[in-house]
Amino acid sequence: MTTASVRTTSPKRRLGDVVFANLTRTAGALILVSLAGVAIFLTSEGLPAFGAKAGELQGHDNFLAYVAPLVFGTILAAVIALVIATPLALGVALAVSHYAPRRIATAIGYVIDLLAAVPSVVYGLWGIGFLGPKLIPIYQWLDEHLGFIPLFKGPASPTGRTIFTVGIVLAIMVLPIITAITREIFSQTPRLNEEAALALGATRWEMVRLSVLPYGRSGIVSAAMLGLGRALGETMAVALVLSASGVVTFNLISSTNPSTIAANIALSFPDSTGVARNALVASGLVLFVITFIVNFAARAVVARYEPGRKK
Amino acid sequence: MTSLQTAPDTIAQARVRRLPRFAPAIAGAVALAAGTLLGISLGWNVAGIVVVAVLLYLVGLNIWSRLVENARAATDRMMTSLIWVALGLAFIPLVSLLYKVITKGAPQLNGRFLTWTMRNVIGEPGGIYHAIIGTLLITLAATVISVPVGLLSAIYLVEYGGESRMARWIRFLVDVMTGIPSIVAGLFAYALFAIVVGPGTQFGIGGGVALSLLMIPIVVRSTEEMLKLVPNDLREASYALGVPKWKTIVRVVLPTAMAGIITGVTLAIARVIGETAPLLIICGNTDSSNFNLFGGQMASLPVFIYSSYTQPGRNPEILQNMAWGGALVLIIIVMALNLIARIAGRIFAPKTGH
Repeated sequence: MTTASVRTTSPKRRLGDVVFANLTRTAGALILVSLAGVAIFLTSEGLPAFGAKAGELQGHDNFLAYVAPLVFGTILAAVIALVIATPLALGVALAVSHYAPRRIATAIGYVIDLLAAVPSVVYGLWGIGFLGPKLIPIYQWLDEHLGFIPLFKGPASPTGRTIFTVGIVLAIMVLPIITAITREIFSQTPRLNEEAALALGATRWEMVRLSVLPYGRSGIVSAAMLGLGRALGETMAVALVLSASGVVTFNLISSTNPSTIAANIALSFPDSTGVARNALVASGLVLFVITFIVNFAARAVVARYEPGRKK
Repeated sequence: MTSLQTAPDTIAQARVRRLPRFAPAIAGAVALAAGTLLGISLGWNVAGIVVVAVLLYLVGLNIWSRLVENARAATDRMMTSLIWVALGLAFIPLVSLLYKVITKGAPQLNGRFLTWTMRNVIGEPGGIYHAIIGTLLITLAATVISVPVGLLSAIYLVEYGGESRMARWIRFLVDVMTGIPSIVAGLFAYALFAIVVGPGTQFGIGGGVALSLLMIPIVVRSTEEMLKLVPNDLREASYALGVPKWKTIVRVVLPTAMAGIITGVTLAIARVIGETAPLLIICGNTDSSNFNLFGGQMASLPVFIYSSYTQPGRNPEILQNMAWGGALVLIIIVMALNLIARIAGRIFAPKTGH
């Protein structure tokens, strides 16, 4: 259905066709323009922050010193989320694609979709009102018994609003997207590979390890990266749950935690003016660039699995 | 015949010994009993008992299988159990979250809660009418912007673009766009209107623009999938009758795919209606109803939940409870939209040719 075939089949171009074709092409171009617009407008509005003087940026000397701890916190929270979510998501995806009977697998799929449908602010409310307080005894235990590990140095937070709690909430939020992509790829595993493994006497797990996982390896990586992109940009859950003080630390369970770019914007934006606001927009630009790169790379890998591209 | 009958026996003798079919059930029951006994005697709570029982089950079944069967079978059983444990772990948060929101939110729901605003309400529970109005108006604006753009783009991708370079780039970048953080969409709208209208502009339509940036990719992808499902025979039959291409698309292709498109748009609305971060930035918050998308700050349900919980003012108890009530209303709206999407998909099931 290309324009070329239209030209050859119809002798004269009708006005309606020309108008409609251009209308749809304009809409498509509008999407590209809006994506470029995001970069352009964020840059133009964030530009004053790059030349900001000391004292204008929450006590930091320049923009780089201002944004670096935020980038650290963003990545730390996202990595914790991924470490928790990826194994769980792989388990759920395998349960759906290879372990559960078809009817149960469909039901599991619905429930996971439900998990994706819950708004992030509700996750935040749950994290601060329920999960955080429930984790306090665990943090105290970790502090007492594993305090020699820098990650659990403590002192344990009395509210449970730590970067580790944030990581758990983010893990729950990225679980559906990782599950959705890996289960799609697992179910595309060539049937012959699976049956060959089984015919050679492999147990079900050996079949999964020998045929399903190798086939889906790059798919798993890119699914985890899409989850990473999601966790990097998540705002409200972090803003609600985290008790942030903008430090750089690997201590996961104390009450002084690094903040994230997105949460910092949400928390500071309403009350800031002038250059401080420009700095927030500029930090948003940094977040946009990071997530864009992560998503771009992940999508480039996923695209290889699309039916018709590769056998 | 005799050789055929003896064959299974020899195979059975040659095979390694297997645990009975109900072995996992036995191991599970024993582990649960042991865990409960241990937990009660040491005074743990339910969560502790379940964790210990699961660990006992994993270790116990593994050892049993290792003794009776072999190491490979034991590993297989172990991984099967771990996969089901992962599934269980994934479900716990959802159940806990729904339980918490319902038990905390349900007592808040009454006529006053749904029909009052927070204007001049001090020291008593107000209502979320203004927030619901804001959410509906902003989402409506986002839908009005997203659906034409998304629909036309999808038509371009399927009917005109094909595998051209521009179409492939649009398809790829639309996928990348689904990963744009919502707060970046909010900042985009803020920066756009700061330049176009004036610095510090906050109004409802800005929220519509921000949400449409998040909504358009979802609409494009789902519509594209639906248009691809329309059989080519229908298009060719229409061309054969001399119908112009644009009329074929509008009168034949779109109606055929309409059910799927409606489902996709409804799901996209459900996705963005709970977005908080962009609205916090571009729409602000207010205690009164504002029906004007083009002037003044506008409250919305997610922002109301957030600000009531974090800045409850002098009566933290009252406002934080209202936040839970708001969360319940928001979840009900989102779930209802999901349900509508599925029902719509079923009622207007695509009438494909195969």
